[in-house]
Amino acid sequence: MEKIKVAVIGPGNIGSDLMYKILRSRYMKMEMMAGIVLSEGLKRAASLGIRTTTEGIKPVLEDESIKIVFDATGAKPHLQHAPLLKAAGKIAIDLTPAAVGPYVVPPVNLHELYEAPNLNLVTCGGQATVPIVYAIQRVAGARYAEIVAAIASKSAGPGTRQNIDEFTQTTAKALCAVGKAQKGKAIIILNPAEPPIIMTNTVYVEVENPDEKAIRESVEDMVREVQSYVPGYRLRVPPLLDGHKVTTIIEVEGAGDFLPKYSGNLDIITAAAVAVGDRLAAKMLGKERPEWQKRSASI
Amino acid sequence: MAEAKRVHLVDSTLRDGSHAVSHQFTPEQVHSISGGLDAAGVEYIEVAHGDGLAGASYNYGWPAYSDEERLKAAASAIKKGILTVLLIPGIGTQEDLNMAIDCGARAVRVATHVTEADIGEQHIGMGKKMGMRTFGFLMMSHMVPPEKVAEQAKLFESYGADVVYVADSAGAMLPEDVKARVGAVCAEVKIPVGFHAHNNLSLAIANSIAALEAGATFLDCCCRGLGAGAGNTQTEVLVGVLKKLGYETNVDFYRIMDVAEKLVEPIMHRPQVIDNASLMLGYAGVYSSFLLHTYRAAEKFNLDPRDILVELGRRRMVGGQEDMIIDVAYQLAQQKGGN
Repeated sequence: MEKIKVAVIGPGNIGSDLMYKILRSRYMKMEMMAGIVLSEGLKRAASLGIRTTTEGIKPVLEDESIKIVFDATGAKPHLQHAPLLKAAGKIAIDLTPAAVGPYVVPPVNLHELYEAPNLNLVTCGGQATVPIVYAIQRVAGARYAEIVAAIASKSAGPGTRQNIDEFTQTTAKALCAVGKAQKGKAIIILNPAEPPIIMTNTVYVEVENPDEKAIRESVEDMVREVQSYVPGYRLRVPPLLDGHKVTTIIEVEGAGDFLPKYSGNLDIITAAAVAVGDRLAAKMLGKERPEWQKRSASI
Repeated sequence: MAEAKRVHLVDSTLRDGSHAVSHQFTPEQVHSISGGLDAAGVEYIEVAHGDGLAGASYNYGWPAYSDEERLKAAASAIKKGILTVLLIPGIGTQEDLNMAIDCGARAVRVATHVTEADIGEQHIGMGKKMGMRTFGFLMMSHMVPPEKVAEQAKLFESYGADVVYVADSAGAMLPEDVKARVGAVCAEVKIPVGFHAHNNLSLAIANSIAALEAGATFLDCCCRGLGAGAGNTQTEVLVGVLKKLGYETNVDFYRIMDVAEKLVEPIMHRPQVIDNASLMLGYAGVYSSFLLHTYRAAEKFNLDPRDILVELGRRRMVGGQEDMIIDVAYQLAQQKGGN
């Protein structure tokens, strides 16, 4: 079957996990893994028969057959990569905090962003919680949304640690920009317990219309949507109402493709990126399904 | 020694004490108490939401007034002392610290879980750049062995912290635990070392003295022992005890007693005693700020608060995970209902 060729830049943990997920894709072919030094990640990709390069983005830009590029480097490199990819006519799926393009959370707004040349995956906390905020907002209105994301210390890399403010600020922005809450706040907690905790996310929403049944059904629908690309996404505590406050708790267990299962926080962002890539690739191949015109992440 | 040994006090009545009044301090109260502390000679006066700057939330409780309003009220009352704020990375950000600096804060305590000092590097760096006194503050230090506390303290020192704290946030340590951890840190770093106690096992004063004996020179305290859980080390008692032991704090004993009795006591919501749930915090090693949230969840789900706390301890929850109180209460209620 014909597939769209894609590349991953940044062969670290995130890039390697992306690679394994892309290898399973129906619509994408893992064409190239690009790095800047001969790292373990590049060797791993080469051992799977994937083209690799240590020349960074250059060979990716030069290969016209590559249509979609996943950037798993960092904010600074992506700021340089973004205009180059755009000029080369390639779609950028950005897993860094650079946020050059609009935020994408697949089950909420992917259908509105088919034409965007650059899509940003927000944060892991954003991917886990924005769908819930949106699900509540669409039936009850959301004056305010607050999330608490707790992740295992072991699954927070140096990038997150050295720039933790970026996580809270970006996630809070996405609660409003994508989740459509009027105000947003995000909190992140690192827990070093052994064995490592799986990611848990508490979502508090102050609603306009506390209709318990509608909220519960909407949230359950949304959880199923997210499960279509993140099987370990589960409702831990269903929406509990207390006046206008709705409390929902979600847990995210990783698929264990490359990263350990407790790293649900990393899995949800790579899974979302691949879900975005799959949909765009299917569209390029003319295999778009009518239901994709609506709000749906299912492939 | 002819000269008395100097101990630096950080009064946290208006920060950790804020937990005990569910963050309802008014700017007038903050003004009068910080003015009283300053006149009594307290060196560092900490003002913030109990969970630090930007703690205002569903998760930690909504304050009656904003950080900004309370900080401005304190700044206008403090003449000699140093207005201090606490910031927990992951909750507060550098933007919040900027606001506090604009309000007159001159010292910042960057608080992380005892194993996670590296998430505070940015904030220590910013505090230094802005000319603040910076403190690294290692919460829940009882959860790891002394060498680990020392390793993390060293990280804070490497980021430029002026002081590093061992915090017994769960009030779970015995004096030997304090000596081992404070001693290990003192052996590892060149900067001054502090200790923050909670009174859940009625050991706040004893542990503070143990910390001094192990080499600490900074201590935290709150008037009338106000604070999360069973509260903190009681400022006026600590001042008296230190006087008897021959330490110098520069705090006027009578004046600080008057601040506690005339300004703080009248606005307390409940007596600061060791009730059963507070005792369980210390016994099970659970973050003291969980106390009042646990009472609320126990009432809502018709549970014994002690059961919730024991389960939180078993799960090794860390500071800031107040949301897991709901999770535990919900799961316990389901189990009860389901059987």
